[in-house]
Amino acid sequence: MLVGTLNNRKEALNTLNIDNIRAEFPILDQDINGKKLVYFDNAATTQKPQVVIDAISNYYTGYNSNIHRGVHHLAEKATSAFELSRKTIKEFINAESTEEIIFTYGTTDGINLVAQTYGRSFLKAGDEIIISTMEHHSNIVPWQMLCEEKGCVLKVIPINDEGDILFDEYKKLLSEKTKIVSVVYASNALGTVNPIAEIIEEAHKVGAVTLVDAAQAMSHIDIDVQALDIDFLCFSAHKLYGPTGMGALYGKKELLNKMPPWRGGGEMIKEVTFEKTTYNELPYKFEAGTPNIADVIGITAAIDYVNKLGKKNIADYENELLEYATERFEAISGLKIIGRAKVKVSVLSFVIDGIHPQDIGVLLDQQGIAIRTGHHCTQPLMQRLDLVGTSRASFAVYNTKGEIDRMVEGIEKAKRFLL
Amino acid sequence: MTIKEIQEEIIEDFELFDDWEGKYEYIIDLGKSLPKMSDEFKTEDNVIKGCQSLVWLNAYTEGDKVYFQADSEAIIVKGLVSMLLKVLSGHKADEILNADLYFIEKVGLAGHLAQTRSNGLASMVKQMKMYALAYTSQELKI
Repeated sequence: MLVGTLNNRKEALNTLNIDNIRAEFPILDQDINGKKLVYFDNAATTQKPQVVIDAISNYYTGYNSNIHRGVHHLAEKATSAFELSRKTIKEFINAESTEEIIFTYGTTDGINLVAQTYGRSFLKAGDEIIISTMEHHSNIVPWQMLCEEKGCVLKVIPINDEGDILFDEYKKLLSEKTKIVSVVYASNALGTVNPIAEIIEEAHKVGAVTLVDAAQAMSHIDIDVQALDIDFLCFSAHKLYGPTGMGALYGKKELLNKMPPWRGGGEMIKEVTFEKTTYNELPYKFEAGTPNIADVIGITAAIDYVNKLGKKNIADYENELLEYATERFEAISGLKIIGRAKVKVSVLSFVIDGIHPQDIGVLLDQQGIAIRTGHHCTQPLMQRLDLVGTSRASFAVYNTKGEIDRMVEGIEKAKRFLL
Repeated sequence: MTIKEIQEEIIEDFELFDDWEGKYEYIIDLGKSLPKMSDEFKTEDNVIKGCQSLVWLNAYTEGDKVYFQADSEAIIVKGLVSMLLKVLSGHKADEILNADLYFIEKVGLAGHLAQTRSNGLASMVKQMKMYALAYTSQELKI
């Protein structure tokens, strides 16, 4: 429970009442394989507090209705709640206007939207797109598809062994040919937090537009799209204690206005004749078909929840967990932490000498501990690091040091089995 | 022994364990004792799709029997694969094709079979049956 604003990490622990927070996540109160669940797969998806579950449930039980065009009470109520989410997101990331918030199916969908509208309309053969080595597949493949179609060139910012991007190398890649710089804010596989302000500043110097994949960053880092001068930003609600299958794309209004619509039908239309269709205004121009209304409504509850706790308080507490886990994991013989970037979110990837990450994951699961193993949809990054994959623990605000202790014991036990 | 008899034997073995630790120790031991597959068979063609860890499967025939070799990077998967080899390798193609692999559920490893994205055991079984089918077709042609 939040009491006031905090300035340092140590105070944070005393301020957030983790027991109370845990009680708000009903899924955590269960046994898996006979043991109390420890959920450390938060980078894949976070669990949902009761307020989010209730918001979705209340829509279906109380005012399920299609939005925007209905004249009856339920339709008006649903439309208001739906549009409130747009306003909530606008305020959460400090966008200038709600017209700049497009609802999507998630981060991947947002990136594809930009590639398929802005990219297809404004890029030509020989133009260059820059991404980084640590991108998720969803911030690689849409650009590869665009490059294949348009004859553009994809360039990749290299990283060092710690997992930090090589900024000087990035600057060398930039030229007047660079049209888009699309980078992840926080790496899902390594936890690296990229110097996004500086990356954007350099991109703008050569006239490139920027896209920020904020999937992992949204629940950990305060994001002000105006202060950062971000052109496009995508995120998914489900990594922010919200529902799956829903997210948003932020885009500067002048850019979104220039871009053609992508999918046709529904709310994106102003008028249709068999001869010609005119398109709706922002943001509806990009929202074809009946949207995922319940889950869009759920995002308001999720953001309200995060705001109630305070994003800084959450980040401070998660950093405390990350530091504690790092310290404890370092003491495990044969364990090597992958990702030693200067600034990280609460993601702890590791490998253990002589053990495949999947084996660790299976044996921890037997002990009720859920982690992620594998390449984390970052195969090029794994190739760069010469790894088949890693085991990854990622922490959220409801996790505890006691759970980290259990994982350490679990790893030691797994090692005894496997070595 | 028939495929059914081998499965019954494995189920009996697993009945000795009353917790997951015994089961997994057994599986890991099986994985460790599975002979290493020669690198010449670790080709792209022999990789089983759908596995989070790499799994290779090779098949050959001797007389009217189909034999399998397999390997994996992950020791638990290797142990599971070892059980599949024990059950299916060295039987006639039509026996493999018609085999009902109920032991996986009986020994409490059904989760591994279902998790096609992560473990690919189902893909492994499918591939073994595909090999058997291919040999059956060859026999028919002859």
